Amino acid sequence: MIPLVAAASGETAVVFIEIGAIALVLSVLARLAGRLGITAIPLYLLAGLAVGEGGLVPLDVSADFIQLAGEIGVLLLLLTLGLEYSGDELRHGLRTGAGPGVIDAVANFTPGLVVGLVLGWAPAVALLLGGVCWVSSSGVVSKVLTDLDRLGNRETPAVLNLLVIEDLAMAVYLPVVGALIVGRGAADTTVTVAIALAAVSVILAVALRWGDHLSGLLAPASDEALLLAVFGLTLLVGGLAQEVQVSAAIGAFLVGLALSGSVQARAAAVVGPLRDLFAATFFLFFSFSVDPSDLVGVLVPAGLLAVLGILGKLLSGWVAARSAAAGTPGRLRAGTVLIARGEFSVVIAALGAATADGAELGALAAAYVLITAIAGPLAAKLSDRMASRLVRTD
Amino acid sequence: MTEVTETQLAGIGVRHEFTTASGERVSVLSHRTGRRELAVFSKDDPDACSTVLHLSPDDTRTLSELLGASPVGEAVSAVQRLEGVAIDWIRLRPGSAPVGTTIGAGRLRTRTGTSVVALVRAGETVPAPGPEVAMAAEDLVVAIGTPDGLRQLRVLLEA
Repeated sequence: MIPLVAAASGETAVVFIEIGAIALVLSVLARLAGRLGITAIPLYLLAGLAVGEGGLVPLDVSADFIQLAGEIGVLLLLLTLGLEYSGDELRHGLRTGAGPGVIDAVANFTPGLVVGLVLGWAPAVALLLGGVCWVSSSGVVSKVLTDLDRLGNRETPAVLNLLVIEDLAMAVYLPVVGALIVGRGAADTTVTVAIALAAVSVILAVALRWGDHLSGLLAPASDEALLLAVFGLTLLVGGLAQEVQVSAAIGAFLVGLALSGSVQARAAAVVGPLRDLFAATFFLFFSFSVDPSDLVGVLVPAGLLAVLGILGKLLSGWVAARSAAAGTPGRLRAGTVLIARGEFSVVIAALGAATADGAELGALAAAYVLITAIAGPLAAKLSDRMASRLVRTD
Repeated sequence: MTEVTETQLAGIGVRHEFTTASGERVSVLSHRTGRRELAVFSKDDPDACSTVLHLSPDDTRTLSELLGASPVGEAVSAVQRLEGVAIDWIRLRPGSAPVGTTIGAGRLRTRTGTSVVALVRAGETVPAPGPEVAMAAEDLVVAIGTPDGLRQLRVLLEA
């Protein structure tokens, strides 16, 4: 028998110490974020910058471990993003939110795409930047809505439906850009895109039509068995997706979409803590590989995109809230709450990490998420005050 | 009863709203996690909530007890927490086949696997009726079972 404990050699000890220290720092950051009423993602990104190459306290020994944990983190993150909505909610969201969803996509995707092209990036990478700018952070939005006691408000269902639409749009967008990024010749790319889209259509159809039967297979499992089954399924499908040149992250997202019914809520609950642990590592690792000196170079485009991104979300929130018959204060609240970008933007930027413009894309996305994820919740709080002033002057 | 509107909150839960007799608009939010929020709409801004009570499942029970909730409602929420078990109410139309027969005579449990847990007759609840109890027109039959069984039961009782 191999003496596992004794195998903890000097190097293992250093790895434990480094990872333990990082986890403790992240824990403090998560508490700080909770206190400030913002998401922990921008703080994790800052921590990653500090311990990355060229940072304050660069780590070397545990970098490999952090990379692997981060890659599992992105799978679990996308699994839970897929798990977030039930089949009914997806159907309902599509029926009521399609109009505002299109405006949201056009208003927020276009600036990123254009700036990417102006910067002289490859078209596929510019498409990724469009995606980075497009999607609101559903995590931040639902947290801010809860913290500010807005769940009862008239505009809230419209805001949430917009998030559902973005989630669904990602199911199509991610596989397509994933295939375009790999891009080895037009014929190859067409095949990969076709495979990806076919897989997405099948999984969405299965989830929406027969989701109950699928979850029925998993439903009798105990929490422990369910956790292992969902974790195994996610990594397995992710790995298979990677084999056919569709990103593993997308496979995991589709697993999340396919699980529905009662098992969906249970799976989300059992995977949640695991996701928190690994996803924090993912955000850390993402900015870990961003060179802080690159950040300086992208500050101007990031600032410009952040302004455009704020205006874009104000517009989509306005339209969505108007469709729910909410007045001016409600439309303002809806727009500001949507400003924050987060998990999806980082995941999309990570898809392009291996491309020629990947380093710049990563730095730009990190700066963009930092600005919007901090400005969003602050603007949302401010909009309450602005709204009450509007109401008084009416 | 006052008219209640239901709104789905994607990813969060479901929201019910009604307007009280004195004109206040009340919103009850049921999180998927079982937490509830009670909100009253602001008079200044008809789209926003001004006060919010945050209730744990225990708090909700206490509050509804104090407000005089019906025991049937409690039983329903208990049943809804069970996997695969559903509850249904079936109103017996005058002249439909089961009117005048007893619960036992229809062999409802044997044929559908569902159990009649209560009859509501003229506002009075007959809890756990035995097989000898006869069903009358306008009775509300409360039954639990699998969704499939309840569908079969509905067919039998509406024949």
